[in-house]
Amino acid sequence: MTETIAVKADRLYKAFGRRPHELVKKLTAGASRDEVSSLGTAAVIDASFEVRRGEIFVVMGLSGSGKSTLIRMLNGLLDATSGTVTVAGQSITGISAAALREVRRKNISMVFQHFALLPHRTVIDNVAYGLEVQGMGREERLAKARTIIRLVGLDGWADSLPAELSGGMQQRVGLGRALAADTDVLLMDEAFSALDPLIRREMQEQLIELQAELGKTIIFITHDLNEAMFLGDRIAVMRDGRIVQIGTPEEILTDPANDYVAQFVQDVDRARVLTAASVMEPVRSVVTITGGPRAALRTMRDLQTSATFVLNRDRSFAGVVRDRDVLKQVKAGETDLRAIVRTDAISVSPDTPLVDLVEPSVGSDLAIAVVDEKNRLLGVIPRVTLLAALGNVSTNTGELPVIEPVATISVNMITETLRDTALEGADL
Amino acid sequence: MNDFRLPLGTLVEGFIDYVTETFGFLFDFIRVVFDGAYEFVDLLLITPPFWVIVLLAAGLALAARGWKFMTGTIVGLLVIVGVDQWENAMDTLALVLVASLLAIAFSVPLGILAAKSSVASGIIRPILDFMQTMPAFVYLIPALILFRVGVVPGIVATIIFAMAPGVRLTELGIRGVDREVVEAGQAFGASPWRILRQIQLPLAMPTIMAGINQVIMLSLSMVVIAGMVGAGGLGAQVVASLNRIDVSLGFEAGLAVVILAIFLDRLTAALGTGDTPLGRIRNTRKRRAQQALAA
Repeated sequence: MTETIAVKADRLYKAFGRRPHELVKKLTAGASRDEVSSLGTAAVIDASFEVRRGEIFVVMGLSGSGKSTLIRMLNGLLDATSGTVTVAGQSITGISAAALREVRRKNISMVFQHFALLPHRTVIDNVAYGLEVQGMGREERLAKARTIIRLVGLDGWADSLPAELSGGMQQRVGLGRALAADTDVLLMDEAFSALDPLIRREMQEQLIELQAELGKTIIFITHDLNEAMFLGDRIAVMRDGRIVQIGTPEEILTDPANDYVAQFVQDVDRARVLTAASVMEPVRSVVTITGGPRAALRTMRDLQTSATFVLNRDRSFAGVVRDRDVLKQVKAGETDLRAIVRTDAISVSPDTPLVDLVEPSVGSDLAIAVVDEKNRLLGVIPRVTLLAALGNVSTNTGELPVIEPVATISVNMITETLRDTALEGADL
Repeated sequence: MNDFRLPLGTLVEGFIDYVTETFGFLFDFIRVVFDGAYEFVDLLLITPPFWVIVLLAAGLALAARGWKFMTGTIVGLLVIVGVDQWENAMDTLALVLVASLLAIAFSVPLGILAAKSSVASGIIRPILDFMQTMPAFVYLIPALILFRVGVVPGIVATIIFAMAPGVRLTELGIRGVDREVVEAGQAFGASPWRILRQIQLPLAMPTIMAGINQVIMLSLSMVVIAGMVGAGGLGAQVVASLNRIDVSLGFEAGLAVVILAIFLDRLTAALGTGDTPLGRIRNTRKRRAQQALAA
């Protein structure tokens, strides 16, 4: 199938109470959630989104925001009052119970907050449950379950009962059960919320590894913003039944749709979410290696900095030159910058989280270079920019000296040197 | 005003008359089936010498709870033999077994229905209340008319009287199964029947077994009353001793009922928790086999 949309929700509404349809009609007509509260509770209001194949899509909201109701509509555990859900190109709204079971067996499985394992069955039988429901023979499904048990790191526990396992291990069984069913889409309902923080972190990391390996589409529900930021390729923020913003973690963090989201993201660990690419500044102090020392010196004079980045002829990143070295070279009449390029400048990839930039930034007075996989210089992160990003202060207000390090040789001296060494006096 | 009287009793009487005339063949059929079942079970219990049954009961007791219960069972049953109530006790046991099995066969499916549908639950609940609180003797009257004197009206009255806890605790047990686990079954595409069989019934089993235990206890208390309509067994002895103000017979027959009751209660309670010596032995063996495999 070439379909790139794994799950699609279109104008979903879910209301509980005596007259849900009337309630939804009023909501569609523009009534607010409080105005219709006498008719019942509107759990999900006008939710539309598309989840791409192979994506981790996180739905985040506090308890009561409707996220658990929303995820249960995606596999038909709850019927939508209005709107449609499409899974793998097939609408599951209003189809027969048998057809819905077929979709659940083939396309969409689920991991639960409190694990929801069958307590009277062993780990391996729990993992094989989805396959059993699909009608696979005993030998075949146990063999498959065994490989999954290894994959989720439960080797040696296959014949234990769930009650003999710790919470983290039980959720590995829950995850294994969903993976064994071999569906494209995995729904995870607060899957790690019941775990200790350390175990939770471990599970999050393992989930990302598994996702990279297996390429599943994951829809993950959480109330923990840090978890959402860590896992999500995209995040939908829910409040009072409505989706208030959908975006990448960085978009949510740097460009919150409203005050609610802004307040929410206030406490997030920015250093782990923001990446080098999202905070880097354009490179101003840069010369090509063929430009020679005189051009480098002039650039540094104009920008009043003591170092400048140097690019190779193919625009790839070569390193840094210092003003003293350049000055010496110019005085000596040499013309090859290659001799003095320092290659010890720190360069990072664009998706490095800021937390990994702090240490190199402390150890060097140079700005950190951000380069892509072809080693092209994309931008730089001076120390002040890093600080501003971590502290959530804009660097675009006022005249912050974003070029580092500051000049150590006076402008006059550079100008004099340039003049003294000018070959034909044409340079200045 | 003073002459006005709600003719409820007359109405019910008319209804029973109508039912007797119209569906007489049906009740005859039921009578033959129940009577046959009772005679068969009774034959099984009466035919062998008493020590065979005592040994069997002792074996069950050992498997279910251990040697203390086994000793108690042997002593208790020998006391029944000693006071010469063995045959009556076996008659009563046969009556209890047949009535409880039938009551369970009716009440568990009803309980499942009540758990699945709130409408069914709303209808079944008041009927159960009615059945449980109506004085037990009253059932005997229509049962007598419909099934004539003998064992069958006793069995029918016992079933009606004893069903309620079976239905209630089955419903409670199934409704009490963790919602998320049931959702897990649904989320993996299991059919309602599979969810019932593989998730709801196994998880509700302790509660259902508590209900079955109650059904058996109520049956036992009812068979004494059934003795009044000719059901025989220990009930008939109690009724006879009451008529003759015979303290010694009354005590001996009553004690036999108590011994049977304690035996059945402890036995079914142990089965309900699943924590039986037999189960423990099986678990240890399994674990040893696993350890051997791991090593």
